[in-house]
Amino acid sequence: MKRLDVRLKWWHAGLAIALLVMLSPLASTSPDGLEKVAEDKGFADRAVETPFHVIPEYIMPGVQGTIPGRILAGIVGSGVLLALGWGLARLLRRRNET
Amino acid sequence: MHIPDGFVSAPVAAVGYAVAAGCVGYAVKATNKRLGDKQVPLMGVLAAFVFAAQMLNFPIAGGTSGHLAGATLAAILLGPWAGLLIMTCVLIVQCLVFQDGGLLALGLNVANLGLIAGVVGYAAYRSAHFLFPGKRGQLAGAGIGGCLSVVTASAAAAVELAVSGTVPLAVVLPAMAGIHLLIGIAEGLVTAAVLALVLATRADLLELQKA
Repeated sequence: MKRLDVRLKWWHAGLAIALLVMLSPLASTSPDGLEKVAEDKGFADRAVETPFHVIPEYIMPGVQGTIPGRILAGIVGSGVLLALGWGLARLLRRRNET
Repeated sequence: MHIPDGFVSAPVAAVGYAVAAGCVGYAVKATNKRLGDKQVPLMGVLAAFVFAAQMLNFPIAGGTSGHLAGATLAAILLGPWAGLLIMTCVLIVQCLVFQDGGLLALGLNVANLGLIAGVVGYAAYRSAHFLFPGKRGQLAGAGIGGCLSVVTASAAAAVELAVSGTVPLAVVLPAMAGIHLLIGIAEGLVTAAVLALVLATRADLLELQKA
């Protein structure tokens, strides 16, 4: 039996993330668990919007169409988190070494 | 399941911040001592992965959707403390950039989706692995842990809502736990699947973390 010896590289993970981002416009727009419970049990209108808006609803403002809007939002978010996670880890490691 | 502002009272939100800040502070110290070379990019990649995965709402039942949390996966791959830091980063960005989850409620969201979900998921994983050494135990632990983490986090949110006086506990707890049990099944499956992939291709990443 042939055994596939695939060594997962970092760019494989990057590909997976890109795939998730590309699929995000297909995401269900139904209310999520908490929102649905809030609607059903009558406290949904208590929600208060934040005073600031950057990329609300995960749709990049100023972009024509929800699909590219979502994808762009996903790219921005993933990029920010990649940098944040990596940067944080490097910062912590440096503190460790001193 | 990110709690928006207005669902919880100010005192409850304050407690959430206190708990979150304390645990994140501890997590910074604990992670400090353990980060190896390979974990630096892993933290970035995992943070981005959790974020992207959380974007994909999937339909559950009767007009409801769910999304992955990822806390258990982060805890398994990086250890519970680094996992908490990752979840905190994701939640902060989601709140500040995407307005997903309230600013006042951020502490509670970190406490629920970062701390509680991570600890419960990790504890289930380690217990299963201890009782059934080997891959099977790890995967079972990941699956059970993933599911339990989501249900527990949703129960915690329900308690916070009830204590805030927003909705009675007897009403909100079964509703939240019920829906999130279904979401939890998906979380468990995905967590186990991703872990299986990592074990098959980069098991070294996990071993580094235990050292």
